[in-house]
Amino acid sequence: MKIDIILAGVGGQGILSIAATIGLAALKNDLYLKQAEVHGMSQRGGDVQSNLRLSDKPIHSDLIALGQADLIISVEPMEALRYLPYLAKDGWVITNDQPFKNIPNYPEMEDVLAELNKISQKIIINADQIARDLESPRSANMVILGAASPFLNMDYDSLEDAIRRQFGSKGEEVVDVNINAIRAGREFALKNK
Amino acid sequence: MQKLLLLGDEAIAQAAIDAGISGVYAYPGTPSTEITEYIQKSKVAKERNIKSTWSANEKTALEGALGMSYAGKRALACMKHVGLNVAADPFMNMAITGVNGGLVILVADDPSMHSSQDEQDSRYYGKFALMPTFEPSNQQEAYDIIRFAFEYSEKYEIPVLVRVTTRLAHSRSGVQLAPIRDENENSMPKNLRQFILLPANARVQYNKLIEKQTSFEKEAEESSFNQFIEGEDKSMGIVACGIGYNYLLENFPNGCPYPILKISQYPTPRHMVEKLYNSVDKIIVIEDGYPFVEEQIRGVLDNGKEVLGRLDGTLPRTGELNPDHVARAFGIDFYEGAPVPEIVKPRPPAMCVGCSHIDSYNALNEVMEKYGDGRVFSDIGCYTLGALPPFNAINSCVDMGASITMAKGAADAGLVPAVAVIGDSTFTHSGMTSLLDAINDNSPITVLILDNSTAGMTGGQTSSAFGKIEQICLGLGVDPEHLHVIRPLKKFHAENVEIIAKEVEYNGLSVIIPTRECIQTLNRRMRQRFKDKENKSK
Repeated sequence: MKIDIILAGVGGQGILSIAATIGLAALKNDLYLKQAEVHGMSQRGGDVQSNLRLSDKPIHSDLIALGQADLIISVEPMEALRYLPYLAKDGWVITNDQPFKNIPNYPEMEDVLAELNKISQKIIINADQIARDLESPRSANMVILGAASPFLNMDYDSLEDAIRRQFGSKGEEVVDVNINAIRAGREFALKNK
Repeated sequence: MQKLLLLGDEAIAQAAIDAGISGVYAYPGTPSTEITEYIQKSKVAKERNIKSTWSANEKTALEGALGMSYAGKRALACMKHVGLNVAADPFMNMAITGVNGGLVILVADDPSMHSSQDEQDSRYYGKFALMPTFEPSNQQEAYDIIRFAFEYSEKYEIPVLVRVTTRLAHSRSGVQLAPIRDENENSMPKNLRQFILLPANARVQYNKLIEKQTSFEKEAEESSFNQFIEGEDKSMGIVACGIGYNYLLENFPNGCPYPILKISQYPTPRHMVEKLYNSVDKIIVIEDGYPFVEEQIRGVLDNGKEVLGRLDGTLPRTGELNPDHVARAFGIDFYEGAPVPEIVKPRPPAMCVGCSHIDSYNALNEVMEKYGDGRVFSDIGCYTLGALPPFNAINSCVDMGASITMAKGAADAGLVPAVAVIGDSTFTHSGMTSLLDAINDNSPITVLILDNSTAGMTGGQTSSAFGKIEQICLGLGVDPEHLHVIRPLKKFHAENVEIIAKEVEYNGLSVIIPTRECIQTLNRRMRQRFKDKENKSK
């Protein structure tokens, strides 16, 4: 088993919380893991990505090579497009469709969606809306993780288990909110893939 | 022993704790910051009372570490590559004094300049100072090397340089820990004159350092961190340094046909290189940073066997290495992915919504409009983002503290008025002496010290300047009539413009200190207060 994931977003959107959940689940499954993160200047509202690599064999490079990513998981639609050169031919893109507009020349949304729709295998999800419907607007990242879960090549229960361990110290309510979010995202993906 | 999922920086920190350090000395700088932060948060470090307060700059940090070593205890000093320029004076000379307690200097280089002004390669500093140098290839090796480096340091009474690059520093992987060592007891240096670098002593000590070189070379030849890996195909031999080794293995998942020399310990193991060189037709050197080993193998004349690497374009001359570069160097065919759609726009970093610097720049820009472009010298921190639209407010960012002294020099040359913009932490890092120069000449410049009460760009570390800037300025001799503390808020805009305008017009030195806490640290503090309240009520 080997899976290479590019996590994408804008500095401050919390892509590392998605990585942390997958990482916890991977460790529980005794997988090797490497996860390259962006710290420093770009965290101030710039484009950020994390390269997350899981395998049942030792992993060498911290970086994913061009055309090798099995998954691009993005919390922002234009940012999903930025990393297309890394997507494998049979790879999947899972992205939020809600833009984060902190630049004056952000492209027209219909152009962004048109580009996303050109990708052969994708899940485009309004994670913000689903999170709001669940009355937990801050759990949009978990909705996106849920949408990515069918493609992670990993036992789904281990993800829920990871969430329980990750948020357990914050109380049952927080755990439930995040579990509901990941389930809603997963359901959407299974219906729309 | 425990296996933990750690960033390279965290593995280094954990290794230092487990190696029995009594102190870490550092100034925040990407990509090295997380090392000290990890030690500051470590339970064991707290129990052991390991000293971990941020230093004012890299030079004071390294000197503090040397003092701890003098008194017999182990110390780690951490900095980013350009920080070693600031600390170069103690760095060069501590190789000559030697050490008592183990002393390791961890320097994190930033090829591709993700968060830096240059991509200098610290291995040259190691060679320059004649200091043993290590370069781990992965997180586990970073842990093992740091532990070993402390033993090495004490065995040869020499400070040891460990160099990592951004990718290793900021990437997570599983790391197997080893048992924690006791700290050293206090002890005096065996030779109480070794730290007195008067010429007569310095010559003696310098000769000792030269004599040790043979041992350092032998150590590198026999090191388990340097490996010679045989290969069937002798048409080419590979030298892979540090993290370059990973990119090589990534491209040969079923084993590499060529002989490989993996280097993670310097001085460059001459005999290992010779063995490789003599057994193959040509050599390729894979290293992240400058072509350090490549230049050594080529030599000045470069008239031996063919050497491929960064100098001949087999690998890019600049920037961080990656698996794609290495694949292309070997002519390995791979699918290079779909292009980035044209509609995708760059998203540069920006100042946060609510940042005090925004209000400071809005006021300054209004004042400077009548003087025209090109008069504002700045420095290194979040406020450097004032160089970008919509502000376009600053004209320089060179090195820590340079804003004030460059403004002074420009004013000396007749560029009056000139303005300097510097942050609070950068001011106490290297701006105070600059300001003293300007005070002593009563230079016609205006210095804005943007006080957001933290080191913001690196994530909100405690600023050495906290609550002291006004007093420092007065103490240095700034005229109280021309020293103002203002509140950078929209509602005070007109008032702030008036003060700045008056002082820019004044034909002498003035200092304005816009003071308002960083919005990130403020938010974090408020969240923590809320959490504490909740916990109390439970």
